[in-house]
Amino acid sequence: MTEVPLWSVLVLPAVLAVITAGTIAFDAVLAARATGATGSPSQTAMVPLREVARLLVAQRRTTVAADGVLWRTGVLTVPIAALLAAVVLPLGGVAVADLAVGVVWFNAMEILTWAAVWMAGWGPNSAFSLTGGYRFVAQGLAYELPHMFALITAATAAGTLRVGGIVEAQSGLWFVTWMPVAFVVYLLSAAAMAFWGPFDAPVGGDLAGGAAAELSGVDRLAFLGGRRLLLVVAAAMAVPLFLGGGNGPLLPPWLWTLVKTVAVLAAIVWLARRFPTVRMERFAEFAWVVLIPLTILQALIVALVVL
Amino acid sequence: MSLELFLVLGAGLLAIGLFGALTQQSVVMLMMGLELMLNGVIVAAAAFWHFLAPATADGQVLIVVVITAMAVEMAMGFAVVTAIFRARDVDMTDMAADLKE
Amino acid sequence: MVITVLFWILGVFALVSGALVFRLDSMARVTFALLASFLFVAGEVLLLGLSYLGVVIVLMMTMEMVIMAVFMVMYMMNPAGLMPMAMLHNTRGAAAIAGGLFVALTTGIFLVDWPQRAGRPPAEPTRALGEALMGPQMLTMMTLGLALFATIVATVVLSTHRGRYERFGDDLCADRPDDPIPGGVGR
Repeated sequence: MTEVPLWSVLVLPAVLAVITAGTIAFDAVLAARATGATGSPSQTAMVPLREVARLLVAQRRTTVAADGVLWRTGVLTVPIAALLAAVVLPLGGVAVADLAVGVVWFNAMEILTWAAVWMAGWGPNSAFSLTGGYRFVAQGLAYELPHMFALITAATAAGTLRVGGIVEAQSGLWFVTWMPVAFVVYLLSAAAMAFWGPFDAPVGGDLAGGAAAELSGVDRLAFLGGRRLLLVVAAAMAVPLFLGGGNGPLLPPWLWTLVKTVAVLAAIVWLARRFPTVRMERFAEFAWVVLIPLTILQALIVALVVL
Repeated sequence: MSLELFLVLGAGLLAIGLFGALTQQSVVMLMMGLELMLNGVIVAAAAFWHFLAPATADGQVLIVVVITAMAVEMAMGFAVVTAIFRARDVDMTDMAADLKE
Repeated sequence: MVITVLFWILGVFALVSGALVFRLDSMARVTFALLASFLFVAGEVLLLGLSYLGVVIVLMMTMEMVIMAVFMVMYMMNPAGLMPMAMLHNTRGAAAIAGGLFVALTTGIFLVDWPQRAGRPPAEPTRALGEALMGPQMLTMMTLGLALFATIVATVVLSTHRGRYERFGDDLCADRPDDPIPGGVGR
């Protein structure tokens, strides 16, 4: 474990914030194009920024008999869990904390959002948001097991749970080349854990915003911003796990990490708009009947190769 | 920080859990008490591993067993509650007492 | 020094949130108080140098408690605690038993002459755990695996009231099962 420079603690949130803002802007441009709105892309990209400013100054609404404690805790846990999960992300060989159990840490922090979204849905004492919270729990049960097997596959191949060690193991061949199933499942679960793209039923329009239905002002910013941050962190984790981290020709490692992260994010955000929302009971059966056997098979093959 | 302090913490959690398990009428709350008791066992096992026998992994294995026991206990507990509830619409220990007849 | 302070903070919080489990009215809050107690205990386990097990406790217990919250809201009367009511029996006896147990354990803890520490912790406790589970403790691991498998079967059998005759018809020859909720794999 290398000495961690203090600047990485400051750089990580800044880099994440910039990438998250970029993701939101890119998504806004895509949305505008899909609806055929007029206006230049640069103008459209500014819309989310104005929305952020509006949410910062907006007054918070509350509901009758709301459970304020759980509600606020849930809302705040989303961005905090995403930030905590991000501490194991290596940026060109430097992570804020390259923990010995980095992969498990990432998984545990990401699962905190289960509790967070359920609490955020429960808190306002509103049927729509409670249904949204339940939807996320059901979706979590669906995506989590294939996701864990995908993580385990990468860790098995590298023989370590340390994210830095997994990157070092890919100095020759990237893991994506010989574990494509795990990579695809990981991308699916990255979208599912941030309830993004085809897995956005927990905050779906059919529930008037689902778990976010009653959120307003700063709460809404923290919850929906945290969700985007989680998407960025999950996509960024795909780079050290499957795409060789900072390995690559010519460019310095940190730049390669950023380039790959942005590419993965752009792919997820673009693909998300190509598919309709998947109902979670359909995804649950697909995940348990198709994805779990596939990922177990993938882990078995990798384990045999490593042995 | 010493072995004794950790064990007292474990004993405290165990006692609170036992109190809950004995007083609660609802089967679900009773399981919360059991989980809290196992929580105390985790603290004690980790402390035994750290302060007495860190060279062997036995203390760690015990924690793995306890975590599994919790998962099994919760899954079975809810399955039984579901079955009882479906059969006779009760979820309280006192009401289920007539099962013995 | 820092570790001692952390021990006290985490320990007191673990006990307080554990006690809150039986004091709060709202079942959702009760569940998450129990989760908080587990998270503080996970912190204590991390303090003791067991990084893998500490993080696994966070992971497992968060999942478990979220599922628990679903069942709590489903089965408990008055899940949101909007109309507080007592759901206790035999409080005095239980307090005596639990208090007695705590006193007995505490006296035992301070009276027992604990043995000296044998050996030093390995550089990688996680690896030691893995090797123990796949080596000398293999039987434990296999028993756990069997127990978990038996649990899966038993829970499904206990909690479902529909068998194959409900799904495929009395002569079991329906092409598609008749499920209340359709799945996603062509059914």
